[in-house]
Amino acid sequence: MFDIQKVRNDFPLLQNTIYKRPVVYLDNAATTQKPRIVIDNTAEYLSKYNSNIHRGVHYLSEKMTEAYESARQTVKNFIGAAHHHEIIFTSGTTESINLVAFSFGEAFVEAGDEIVVSQMEHHSNIVPWQMLCERKNAHLKVLPITYTGELNMTALTSVVTNRTKLIAITHVSNSLGTINPIKEMIQFAHARSIPVLIDGAQGIQHQPVNVQELDCDFYVFSGHKIYGPTGIGVLYGKEKWLEKMPPYKGGGDMIKTVTFEKTIYNDLPFKFEAGTTNFIGAVGLATALRYLNDIGRADILKYEEELYSYALQKMQTIDYVRIIGTAEHKTSIISFLLQNIHPFDTGMMLDKMDIAVRTGNHCTQPLMKFFGIEGTVRVSFAFYNTIEEVDYLVESLKKVKQLFS
Amino acid sequence: MKSIEEIQHEIVEEFENLGDWVEKYNYLMELAKSLPPLDEKYRKKENLIEGCQSQVWLAAEYSDGKLYFQADSDALITKGIIALLLKVFSGQTPNDILNANIWFIDKIGLSAHLSPTRSNGLVSMLKQIRMYALAYKTKFNL
Repeated sequence: MFDIQKVRNDFPLLQNTIYKRPVVYLDNAATTQKPRIVIDNTAEYLSKYNSNIHRGVHYLSEKMTEAYESARQTVKNFIGAAHHHEIIFTSGTTESINLVAFSFGEAFVEAGDEIVVSQMEHHSNIVPWQMLCERKNAHLKVLPITYTGELNMTALTSVVTNRTKLIAITHVSNSLGTINPIKEMIQFAHARSIPVLIDGAQGIQHQPVNVQELDCDFYVFSGHKIYGPTGIGVLYGKEKWLEKMPPYKGGGDMIKTVTFEKTIYNDLPFKFEAGTTNFIGAVGLATALRYLNDIGRADILKYEEELYSYALQKMQTIDYVRIIGTAEHKTSIISFLLQNIHPFDTGMMLDKMDIAVRTGNHCTQPLMKFFGIEGTVRVSFAFYNTIEEVDYLVESLKKVKQLFS
Repeated sequence: MKSIEEIQHEIVEEFENLGDWVEKYNYLMELAKSLPPLDEKYRKKENLIEGCQSQVWLAAEYSDGKLYFQADSDALITKGIIALLLKVFSGQTPNDILNANIWFIDKIGLSAHLSPTRSNGLVSMLKQIRMYALAYKTKFNL
């Protein structure tokens, strides 16, 4: 049974008062708060087992290595991967995408080839591909979206050609909350033997993800957006691709033998984990994932869905709120404008009322341009948010409107 | 013309009479609305200071040894703070601007708006005001 009060008590930051009342944290798409168990566990590993992994012969190194590799196992199980060596620890979504853009690009992309992204991508899922295209003289093609904020799937057949080498698409839009039909996209791509990378930065925490069922070729996400620490992220890649991709960084731990003439690279996953990895972060991330499993993923997702539809319905009834992105399938995020009040002004006023939101273009300038706006106010929910907080938000928006009229 | 020091004292006094944050921000919004509109000839790319959160336009005119500024922003609160900055700097000599110690922002509790971590264009605006002062000082050997 999902107990919201118990859940809230697990998050120390939520108990803090910023100005007058405990913070109403609605900036979860930027980063989520950490449950006490992640904080404690991180402190415990730092104070009892801190030691570099894969290298030491001593007890501590062995303990830390065990914890790190077990974290990999936890991630593997969480996303339903076939093999633990298909899980590469990175610093976050951005690094995961950069890794694939570089290494996949080196192995498979040639001059004249094409990479497809969508118009709603985060800059992190645009710029690395642009850099790849520049390096290889390839072309970046853009799948358009509709005015409801959904992928224009009928345009797929014209955007994807026989030169398309990879499709990179977000699972959930960080600006609009749209849940993209990734399964359909993957089936379409695979029918043409094109691999697909899913940017799961906003998907993994709000949607059930099983990479084998999805059959995606790459799935990437950040630890800090799923209640884990910052600086740790995941690249899931199918073995068949990862095996053929050259390393992205050179350094320690990613090699088997080094001579000045030739270096033999290590096996997966170590080939892609050069240097000292964020092993403490990996353990923290695994703790966060176990925490979610302990509460019950299905219960969490059900609660989130109820909260979100309540919030959406409430916001839709306010006549001076214009919601940006009205896709049929959305989750966790509401982007909006309050009359003609600048998003920055709205955000500043909400802050004074102890509500944390994000304002601006959300690192999706092409998307904002599509809607003809400079930016939005974005509220994004987590499973520790409440119906009361939604009501308080709606009430506060009313006050902001009054202040500016 | 009052000195930069005097004007800062005046602003601080004004703010001391205001109660909670609602009154403070209401006052800022009034200031924003009373800011003379930016001359359209100045609303061009060269005068735009792009922030991630809000945009600021700033133009300067030099006359009789003094610098006169015009500015605007798309966000009202930013514009309110601009109005305060213009009160302080507009009509001062380049030397006075360069030598000024700006302390009133801290004193009225709005320093967060001028912290370099907040990309609302205000920090760059302050820098730009000093750049104008330096440019004219150099140009006219002041």
